[in-house]
Amino acid sequence: MSDDKNNGMSRRDALKLLGAVPLTGALHWTPEAISRATHVLQQDDAEAPKVRPKFFTAHEDATVRILVDLIIPRDERSGSATDARVPEFMDYMLGEATEMNRVEMRGGLAWLDTECRTRFNANFVNCTDAQRRQLLDDISWPEKARPEMSHGVAFFNSFRDFTASGFFSSQMGWKDVRYIGNVFNPNWNGCPTEVLHQLGVSYDS
Amino acid sequence: MVNRMPHNEDGTGGNHIYMPWTKDNKKLDFPRGYHIEVGGGFDAPSYGFMGGIQRYPNAGGYGKSLKDDYRRYFGASVGFAGRGEMIPSDDCYCELDPKVVDKYGIPVLRFHWKWSDHEINQAKHMQETFRSIVAEMGGEVFSPMPTRERDYGLAAGGTIIHELGATRMGNDPTKSVLNKNCQAHDVKNLFVADGGPFVSQADKNPTWTILALAWRTSDYITQQRKAGAL
Repeated sequence: MSDDKNNGMSRRDALKLLGAVPLTGALHWTPEAISRATHVLQQDDAEAPKVRPKFFTAHEDATVRILVDLIIPRDERSGSATDARVPEFMDYMLGEATEMNRVEMRGGLAWLDTECRTRFNANFVNCTDAQRRQLLDDISWPEKARPEMSHGVAFFNSFRDFTASGFFSSQMGWKDVRYIGNVFNPNWNGCPTEVLHQLGVSYDS
Repeated sequence: MVNRMPHNEDGTGGNHIYMPWTKDNKKLDFPRGYHIEVGGGFDAPSYGFMGGIQRYPNAGGYGKSLKDDYRRYFGASVGFAGRGEMIPSDDCYCELDPKVVDKYGIPVLRFHWKWSDHEINQAKHMQETFRSIVAEMGGEVFSPMPTRERDYGLAAGGTIIHELGATRMGNDPTKSVLNKNCQAHDVKNLFVADGGPFVSQADKNPTWTILALAWRTSDYITQQRKAGAL
């Protein structure tokens, strides 16, 4: 890939920038720069040899890629679920080990298509963004969902959990939630003052 | 806890912090007591990370707001698990199956088992206690109180596996398999040195008690052997 296509940003620059974001609190980087950086990485991934899904069919894979990014989109702090390779993670988990039930997954994706065809006369992948969101609005809030949406709600609860498992267990996800544990700390002086202050407690009282 | 500043520590944790039973239960509707195990903290995000996000207050949906929910609530929840003592019940026993044998032709065991009101009442007490602790801490409970129909959230029997009993000890051979030295009433040179001799399902983890009983049984065997009784 030539750097010209990405305003002079190389993969190395992009990785450096995204790697620095959680530590610097994104102070030095504009959302545009971050968006460009994740774009660079995604393009690079696209050029890398693709892992052919073992569990998902090509159509399911396309559906999953859209769905996971609707659930966890790219934002100013981190990339999207596909950036963190969540679809590959899901395919691996479903193909090699079983966590989320395979029938539940396959049937849930089929339910999504059926519902989209009923409403919009098109499969999920061929719907517009607005149409997809209209459907997700109906199944992503269990307490507000209409009873006839129960199958979609059950599928979406599991699928959302699965997406979060994949995203937040990735390196990108750890950085996103600023997980610091398991890092050697030679100067441990107890809880940092600013944290004590935030919690409204102190070691003196 | 919500939106807490991250720093280099994993927060609360250690699921085997015990809150031991301290109450006098004479006026309660169940015997004995239970301990509480506490969990929470900033564990390394892994498989199952913040599962069931839709149960968190005003959380769920999808997209940017959902991503922010995960960030806001990471490390902000505390969970409680109760482990209660179950005293012996006439409804829980094993016997020789009248029809089924194993590959050696020996009849296999058949088990009968069910919760009594004692355990169900104890589970209700646990739920009410956990909820009041959260409230006292200034927290928000975000799982609904399980109903009586769901045994107040009591897990199915055998889910929390500390298998104990079935060859319990006792002085009366008609009501127990072993004597107080874990020696079979019927067969003098047969001893049971595992969780089998327990007379109740205690709320505590049983390993140390198993070891202590086995030790005592070993001393008894040595003493009996030296005396020529075995």
